Amino acid sequence: MLRFFLGRLAILIPTFLGVSLIAFSFIRLLPGDPVMLMSGERVMSEERHAQIMHDLGLDRPMYVQYFDYLGNVLTGDLGTSIVSKRPVFDDFLSLFPATLELSICAIIVAMCLGIPAGVIAAVKRGTWFDQSIMGIALVGYSMPIFWWGLLLMIFFSGYLQWTPVSGRISLMYFFPPVTGFMLIDSLLSGQAGAFKSAVSYLILPTVVLATIPLAVIARQTRSAMLEVLGEDYVRTARSKGLSPWRVVGIHALRNALIPVITTIGLQVGVLLAGAILTETIFSWPGIGKWMVDAVFKRDYAVVQGGLLMIAGVIMLVNLAVDVTYGFINPRIRH
Amino acid sequence: MKKISLLLAATALASVMATSAWSKTLVYCSEGSPEGFDPSLYTAGTTFDASSRTAYSRLVEFKHGSTEIEPGVAESWTISPDGLEYTFKLRAGVKFQTTDYFTPTRELNADDVIFSFERQIKADHPWHKYVEGASWEYAAGMGFPELIKSIEKVDDLTVKFVLNKPEAPFIANLGMDFASIMSKEYADKLTAEGKVAQLNQMPLGTGPFTFVAYQPDAVIRYKANPDYYKGKEKIDDLVFAITTDAAVRAQKLKAGECHVMPYPNAADVAELKADPNLTVMEEEGLNVAYLAYNTQMAPFDKPEVRKALNMAVNKQAIIDAVFQGAASIAKNPIPPTMWSYNDAIEDDKYDPDAAKKALEAAGVKDLKMKIWAMPVSRPYMLNARRAAELMQADLAKVGVEVEIVTHEWAEYLKLSSDVKRDGAVMLGWTGDNGDPDNFLDTLLGCEAVGGNNRAQWCNEEFNKLVKAAKQTSDQAERAKFYQDAQVIFKREAPWNTIDHSLVFLPVSKKVSGFVQDPLGIHRFDGADIAE
Repeated sequence: MLRFFLGRLAILIPTFLGVSLIAFSFIRLLPGDPVMLMSGERVMSEERHAQIMHDLGLDRPMYVQYFDYLGNVLTGDLGTSIVSKRPVFDDFLSLFPATLELSICAIIVAMCLGIPAGVIAAVKRGTWFDQSIMGIALVGYSMPIFWWGLLLMIFFSGYLQWTPVSGRISLMYFFPPVTGFMLIDSLLSGQAGAFKSAVSYLILPTVVLATIPLAVIARQTRSAMLEVLGEDYVRTARSKGLSPWRVVGIHALRNALIPVITTIGLQVGVLLAGAILTETIFSWPGIGKWMVDAVFKRDYAVVQGGLLMIAGVIMLVNLAVDVTYGFINPRIRH
Repeated sequence: MKKISLLLAATALASVMATSAWSKTLVYCSEGSPEGFDPSLYTAGTTFDASSRTAYSRLVEFKHGSTEIEPGVAESWTISPDGLEYTFKLRAGVKFQTTDYFTPTRELNADDVIFSFERQIKADHPWHKYVEGASWEYAAGMGFPELIKSIEKVDDLTVKFVLNKPEAPFIANLGMDFASIMSKEYADKLTAEGKVAQLNQMPLGTGPFTFVAYQPDAVIRYKANPDYYKGKEKIDDLVFAITTDAAVRAQKLKAGECHVMPYPNAADVAELKADPNLTVMEEEGLNVAYLAYNTQMAPFDKPEVRKALNMAVNKQAIIDAVFQGAASIAKNPIPPTMWSYNDAIEDDKYDPDAAKKALEAAGVKDLKMKIWAMPVSRPYMLNARRAAELMQADLAKVGVEVEIVTHEWAEYLKLSSDVKRDGAVMLGWTGDNGDPDNFLDTLLGCEAVGGNNRAQWCNEEFNKLVKAAKQTSDQAERAKFYQDAQVIFKREAPWNTIDHSLVFLPVSKKVSGFVQDPLGIHRFDGADIAE
């Protein structure tokens, strides 16, 4: 198992270097530079532009900048934002818990609803339930997030006024962040009603962000279950007289979960991409909005550092998924 | 049991504190996050709203709701007859804010003023590079490093600015956000502790609100400054709830989650106006959108060709399509709300037939030209592409074939200022300080050719007038110069002036005393809220 784990870990090194190179070059391929955007409509003279580029070290050859950047990254320095003038790593740490909290809630909702829905749809293949679930899943998968979020907001927050419009917690609650996770911090604050408020603010963004992964997981679970349910060992288990729940829940589901876990692992990337839009709609202070702003302002350090950190998170999740396979299906270790 | 009682008591206390803190709170749904809290480092209005207009004061201030100047922390000033020396008398007893992170031991004095400006204009000042990439863009843009010869402390409450040349808009410039006054004592403390970057993260000034906390991209909290030199504000707390999407801001305002929101979508304005709990303030923005011909390239070097092209464009149609009517036709390069606006000037009337004849008379046949459309929405031009398409259709009617081009925003700004640029560029401007010089010399002066002067237009007659206005401190005399300059502008037509947009500001009816600002800033001093 250790060898398997170390093997997977070793793959991460070239991947990480590749991502750092892509992150570095991607933002520089875009026309324009951060210094030009500093002055808005007011034109900056060429001399002044050159001077500021020099001050920021952006006039050096690309390869020098890249290796300098890589050296700093290896020492844990992701650079300083050209716009906010704050260290990128500090900004990432203060914003990432919000994205993580939203993503965790979304993936939990997607799994808790998607896996049972997929299993039942497979067991009741061809029935109205199966067709309805798969129809809804297809709609969910095709839904543009921005439109879906606004629609839910207008209906539940605007018309019914069941949920707040946007934010993370009611503005009447004010406490310093301890963990960055609002659900935990609201409990730690001891302020009456804070936790309930945090939950109410989390509902709509979670539903919106969970929609696509839920649809994907439900469809994947159904198709994996259908394949497994046709296997000989399932027929054997049935002929042995095991209860249908035991056959489905123990024998079939465990084997069907392997491709489902792969899918869930891949959904982490989808979640982080979806978080960009969800965070924008619901004014959720996570890394999605931070990254989008940075791209528009050509804030090289933030885009590079942010991409690297996000890629790191996705790589770690995929590593965890690979290791989980090993546990579920020992043959994979070999 | 005792522990549980204590816990319950603490919870109850926290709850009471939360409720009482909420009693007189104004929530502003701001459109974005501030880049930082040192306003002199930045150029964005969003940053100014959150820093200079809350935490800081200036030597002079713009009167609430106007572009007129009134005393700020300087109670009076004198200008030498040659216009080179500005001597400011500071108010006595102006206190810096007391916060969790700094307790001032002295009141504002000349050292603070000198520190606030020298750090921006002197490259060898210890605070000139206190954060990476500090470029003091506004001070540089207003020419302060070249303009200010020295800043001298006459006594603790008197400070003198010596200029290298007379500059009539200087006083107005000092009312701008970048001219906010910092505490030198606070800066010295940060230097001693090795925490200089904190100046840009935890502001401390003499403004109406004291900074409390900032949660990036989410919330900024302030409380009323009890020591504010104009007296404590009526509201206890001011909260900026950062909400980037305009449709979501509108929903929050309607749901009562905030009390003031800037920049509504044009499409949402009617619905907001219909809400009985809201008032939608509106005001003509201090802005102009224009189409700048390259007057150094044939056939746009001929004023008669430029005027003919102006006559071919139906500006009202652009306003209807792009702004849903929420803008007015621009005939001058400065907005009508600005002093010295020459209302006697007549615009080039929309007349395609006359335009066609004028082009023929100028010997222009089968003209092909480019129109540059901005890739971004700006307050003065919400949809440049749509406006360009309408111009393209209008110009086709007079036999001019238009190709619409665009570039990425930063590239657009750079390439459009090139003297050898091909075609006419759509762009605009929002005033910084309410002074006509900020439009006429900045955008049309000879020195700005190859820079802000996108028409690459250098007219000696015009230039002489705006330069003369710059060196005269008498406002009536200056106004005369600017009015004459506008006549020349219209005669020569380096631009097709397109529109001055309306700025809407939806506000909850619970709010009183809040005034819409012509400079586009959002300030909350003087505002109150019904409990």
